[in-house]
Amino acid sequence: EGGKLGLGRPALPEEVAAWNVDVLPDGTGLPVGSGSVEDGEMLFSDNCAACHGEFAEGVDNWPELAGGEDTLADADPVKTVGSYWPYLSTTWDYVHRSMPYGNAQSLTTDDVYAIVAYILYSNYLVEDDFVLTNENFLDIEMPNADGFIVDDRAETEYPMWRTEPCMEDCKDSVEITMRATVLDVTPEEEGSTEEVTEAAVTQDTSEPEEVVEEVAVIDPALVEAGEKVFRKCAACHEIGEGARNKSGPQLNGVVGRVMGSVEDFKYSKGFVAAHDQGRTWDEVSITEYLAKPRDFMKGTKMAFAGLKKEADMAAILAYLQAASE
Amino acid sequence: TADPLITEIQPWAQSFGDGVDATPYGLPIEFESDVIRRNVPWLTADATSSINFTPIHALDGTITPQGCAFERHHSGAIELAKPDYRLMINGLVDTPLVFTYEDLERFPRETHVYFCECAANTGMEWAGAQLNGAQFTHGMIHNMEYSGVPLRLLLEEAGLDAAGDLADKWVYVEGADASSNGRSIPMEKALDDVLVAFKANGEALRKEHGYPVRLVVPGWEGNMWVKWLRRIEVTPMAVQSREETSKYTDTLADGTSRKWTWVMDAKSVITSPSPQSPITHGPGPLVITGLAWSGHGATTRVDVSKDGGKTWETARLAAPGADKALTRFYLDTEWDGEEMLLQSRAMDETGYVQPTKTQLREVRGLNSIYHNNCIQTWWVKPGGEAENVEVS
Repeated sequence: EGGKLGLGRPALPEEVAAWNVDVLPDGTGLPVGSGSVEDGEMLFSDNCAACHGEFAEGVDNWPELAGGEDTLADADPVKTVGSYWPYLSTTWDYVHRSMPYGNAQSLTTDDVYAIVAYILYSNYLVEDDFVLTNENFLDIEMPNADGFIVDDRAETEYPMWRTEPCMEDCKDSVEITMRATVLDVTPEEEGSTEEVTEAAVTQDTSEPEEVVEEVAVIDPALVEAGEKVFRKCAACHEIGEGARNKSGPQLNGVVGRVMGSVEDFKYSKGFVAAHDQGRTWDEVSITEYLAKPRDFMKGTKMAFAGLKKEADMAAILAYLQAASE
Repeated sequence: TADPLITEIQPWAQSFGDGVDATPYGLPIEFESDVIRRNVPWLTADATSSINFTPIHALDGTITPQGCAFERHHSGAIELAKPDYRLMINGLVDTPLVFTYEDLERFPRETHVYFCECAANTGMEWAGAQLNGAQFTHGMIHNMEYSGVPLRLLLEEAGLDAAGDLADKWVYVEGADASSNGRSIPMEKALDDVLVAFKANGEALRKEHGYPVRLVVPGWEGNMWVKWLRRIEVTPMAVQSREETSKYTDTLADGTSRKWTWVMDAKSVITSPSPQSPITHGPGPLVITGLAWSGHGATTRVDVSKDGGKTWETARLAAPGADKALTRFYLDTEWDGEEMLLQSRAMDETGYVQPTKTQLREVRGLNSIYHNNCIQTWWVKPGGEAENVEVS
């Protein structure tokens, strides 16, 4: 037993409360609150669907949260909250602490209950009129709760493989049964000297005076505020040097850009039409779009509820312009 | 003919090179610019929740330079300055405490070399030979010398009387990034060899490895080595966080899944020759080299086969195997210019022998994702090129 060194200071109760938010499988740590499937559907659409899909089915490589029942023994198991996760506490805890991606801990307690209720509903585990609360939380039965065993390698594997290995005549014949180059999924080697040189040259040709002038027009404090607001967008959009399309198009030069004009991005029908009409993004159209995306463009794929605050709007406009440079 | 590189005076032999301070913190010389971490973009949805791979095919020795040691993030690599750093210990302790970075530096410190391997290393190879290079098949590993405070000392500082019987207690560890990646560690391990580390290979941790403080959990899967460590909670049970239920559990052929598969079993790989490091010199003397490791302790022996596992010869270890650290092995041989099916096979101090892919599949099926420590085969062709293959 080491003697105490008297280092550190006691943690204050409010400090422990701020960080100690994990929820244990028996419900310890779960705050009082409730949320309905109905509310959850809307919240999920606004906060989660961009990556996880409107029905929690997953977009691109982002995780699917629903479906996959009875697939765990198949060639390609579909592991979702419904088919795989053994404890509901894990879902609540993860949504509460780590989601939405890029804007963690922005949901209220009741929002989290509602979103979890909707995820349960999307897995056919509750009805559409269900309301999840801290009271009925432990009543939910997770389908794969009994699907796990504690690591048994010490019994099932180690005795087999703790033996004196063969050194001579270990096999009669050896045949190649599979080759990686047939699949051809290995990335090309990057980082060659040519590429480095090219990047350096590109940098050298930029004109510093012009940049300084442009940035000076925009209020730096506003840009900084806008950078924070942009975190709501960053899960789907990139902006700045080397920005690429993600689930949303890259946003370089978006102010003044023709709508639906980013190469290799698959736009919704509405934006394809807007592009053909030559409509451009200006401060007015961007403001309208960000305030209520679905009102501005019917059928837009952007699953974002909209910016509520005028200050956020001004900030994001400043940031979109500054970050495009 | 005489070599002009010898007979003519070269510019570097006549005038000056760089003075001191040309690079106050040096990077590798430009000729080594291909020795870099690489990503497999199709593996993940976004670079902020992704992994890249250590260029093990191009390194020698055992220590991984921080600048090319693989990265794994769950919400991106954050910038957390030392003055902003706080570490909380709470839960079933006598006095919940908060430490600053400076506080940590005042505890008795230890220095150890350990490997850190992602549980998913080689995970893309379960269903068949897929990625063509040791970097991609085995590069989710690095090996560094860590300096830090034993977790045991911090727990004792907070006091464990309140926890009662320690045998069934857990320590939940959590990071400061937006993912707040958290894992539960049984108390026995927490009091054994876990380090709260702030230096790697003699210098501060890199941002991408958890600056200023990360957890080091020797021999256990990399996901538990929580970066930007901000909280340690003594709990009466495992938290069953997302990272220890929905991920980092190993699904068997019948659909049940193993949980708490923390230890990384003995494993090895030949790093050269390999697909990214072909033989370019033709027949004659050849150095076959690679890495071996075990989460159960020291590597005691590595055997190498050139014929796909029919016959084996024992390789030379560069140094006696160290506890839960990488071991470098060499087989100094003559190459006749014919094709080879190169394999390596590690043994550790418990007598465990690295299994074949077939042996692993017989027990686990194809859907484990994690903990694939099978014997790897490189098919070296007569020209010296190598390819990732599977053999009967």
